[in-house]
Amino acid sequence: MEVKTAKKETQKTQTTERISGSEAIIKCLLAEGVDILYGYPGGAIMPVYDELYKYQDKIHHVLTRHEQGATHAAQGYARISGKVGVCMATSGPGATNLVTGIADAQIDSTPMVCITGQVGSHLLGSDAFQETDIVGISTPVTKWNCQITKASQIPEVLAKAFYIAKSGRPGPVLVDITKDAQFEEFDFKYKKCTGIRSYKPIPATDANTLTAAAELINNAKKPLIVWGQGVILGKAEEEFKALIEKAGIPSAWTILGASAIPTSHPLNVGMVGMHGNYAPNVLTNECDVLIAIGMRFDDRVTGNLATYAKQAKVIHFDIDPAEIDKNVKTDVAVLGNAKESLASLLPLINANAHNDWHQKFKDLYKIEYEKVIKNDLHPTKEGLTMGEVLNEINLQTKGEAAVVSDVGQHQMIACRYADFNVSKSNITSGGLGTMGFALPAAIGAKMAAPDREVVMIAGDGGYQMTIQELGTIFQQRVPVKIVVLNNEFLGMVRQWQQLFFDKRYASTEMTNPDFVAIAKGYHIDAKKVTDRKDLKAAVKEMIDCEGPYFLEVRVEKEDNVFPMIPTGASVSDVRLE
Amino acid sequence: MSTEIIQYTVSIYTENNIGLLNRISAIFQRRHMNIESLNTSVSEIEGVSRFTIVVNITEPQMKKIIGQIEKQVEVIKAYYHTEEEIIYQESCLFKIKSELLFEERQIQNIIKESHARIVTVNKEFFVLEKSGKKEEIELLHRELSVFGIMQFTRSGRVSVSKEEMKISTMLQAFQH
Repeated sequence: MEVKTAKKETQKTQTTERISGSEAIIKCLLAEGVDILYGYPGGAIMPVYDELYKYQDKIHHVLTRHEQGATHAAQGYARISGKVGVCMATSGPGATNLVTGIADAQIDSTPMVCITGQVGSHLLGSDAFQETDIVGISTPVTKWNCQITKASQIPEVLAKAFYIAKSGRPGPVLVDITKDAQFEEFDFKYKKCTGIRSYKPIPATDANTLTAAAELINNAKKPLIVWGQGVILGKAEEEFKALIEKAGIPSAWTILGASAIPTSHPLNVGMVGMHGNYAPNVLTNECDVLIAIGMRFDDRVTGNLATYAKQAKVIHFDIDPAEIDKNVKTDVAVLGNAKESLASLLPLINANAHNDWHQKFKDLYKIEYEKVIKNDLHPTKEGLTMGEVLNEINLQTKGEAAVVSDVGQHQMIACRYADFNVSKSNITSGGLGTMGFALPAAIGAKMAAPDREVVMIAGDGGYQMTIQELGTIFQQRVPVKIVVLNNEFLGMVRQWQQLFFDKRYASTEMTNPDFVAIAKGYHIDAKKVTDRKDLKAAVKEMIDCEGPYFLEVRVEKEDNVFPMIPTGASVSDVRLE
Repeated sequence: MSTEIIQYTVSIYTENNIGLLNRISAIFQRRHMNIESLNTSVSEIEGVSRFTIVVNITEPQMKKIIGQIEKQVEVIKAYYHTEEEIIYQESCLFKIKSELLFEERQIQNIIKESHARIVTVNKEFFVLEKSGKKEEIELLHRELSVFGIMQFTRSGRVSVSKEEMKISTMLQAFQH
């Protein structure tokens, strides 16, 4: 009986039906498995919203309080689930409000499809009400974009949009659809996109490069792996773990690579980059072979390129050929998907332990622990530290939480100290550094993974950039845990002003509102902690709460994040104080 | 890595889509690189467009640009060549007062020696066309400017490479 129904279904999708462009958009989304989308209605997208109304039992539209919130929510959804995040907005300001989130998704390789309404095609170029050239505006920050002016183009373009967004190195795609195309009726038929002749999502892996990489790794005395998000996006966590365990190579991560293997894994030597751990930064300039996997040598990772790992042979695994030799000249480049490349590499690698080399990491960790970590996690001074809040969250969530952080000091602290036991647990704006990312991204993450604990951590600055999304949390009853580490400063900028601008604190001091009252205004349970003795109970109350919860922690006003590599300095010149 | 600035001619085979010109020029603009000349046209393959772009940059920069261009979804393949590796032409038009053609004997000699072609002549003006290398066109421009040029325009470079560019094979591979 069931077989018959299935057959009937298949036939149904193959025949055409006469529907409007708007209904076709919804049917395309359903065919791509979209269950949730984030957006904001307006004039030029109203026909689609009218269809969403009819299909509300099949597809859940979440009304955010600002279009930027819709993009970050879609990003949070995509980052925790690996699926394509979808958002929708009207023309003009609705569309331009998407730009920050699109740029963020582009630089952090997040699969996202944005659908924007556009004025009627007869009005294009006439400076019509709410007309903007969003295709032109979004070109430099999208993987692909396209304008539709005829309903008949909708199925093919949306199929391409989803295929491009999620294949190869993922990224955001924008599809702009004129209002007349939304109204127009046509014979609808959907076919998923399986390939585009000018687009090769995964480059072929040359077996010779694998052999060359294996030879360098097998002969290395002091190898160091730096991995990035490519391991997570390529679903290569198992292959990666198998490789490092067999080869016994100390492995460090970029911010977006965090959580691919657990924080507690003995070969995990911490984070690289500006506020990364001491050992992997210093030893980058001592290793003999540097193996980069699915990372792109961002300037915040490398510091001064002229002095970056100059002594080392460099092997670079990446899916994007444009990343090879972009910032760091490689000796061996292995193109392809991390999952397949690492699986093919494994049998070519000799088992090793590199005990002496490991000891160096341990020794440097001890120095960092004494000078920085101890004081961050177990402070003896009066004021609360951001680190001790993270430590408490780790303890009470047993490292199982997904941590969605904003941008700034608290972000660096969250990345440094959060315990990640599960992959895709560090959701943050890495490349673009978008303040205001966390609150909406946490909404998307929690909705995509309702069974996971999602803890959002923001500073008092970034939190206020998208604070209106509390309205979305309230309306949708999204049980995210919201932690604001309030130091009454734009902390990271203040830190730079202190260190590099002679303490001229220009426009970084914040006079803040009563955050607890604001949360309560949205009927969200809320508490403020100003004293260390109350921290544990407050975090417990937050974690135990079934609904959303807001926790403000007043932390030391002028704490700095260390270690730190000053801009333009070498990774090995990382400062501990 | 070489820091010598070289003139490269970039040939890009693409799908014919609105917006691609914007995408490609943005790659140069974002890196503060000036495009010396740009030409788009059909190519030897039906339905495939071809961009010819001239830039003065270093080879490492050129390689990175090629990577960024090829990363675009609708770009099939991009190549870069030095002047020695291509056969190229640029074309230009001069609009000049007709009386000069008859009064200044020297102009007739210039036209003859430069292998320029008179496209049209009427009472007021005549139009001269010249195809060749940039230097030849510049020379002609210098010689004629003495007499006064009413209008001048030069096209972007068009070029073919001496080496084979295997686009058809690439497109066939996709079919299978």
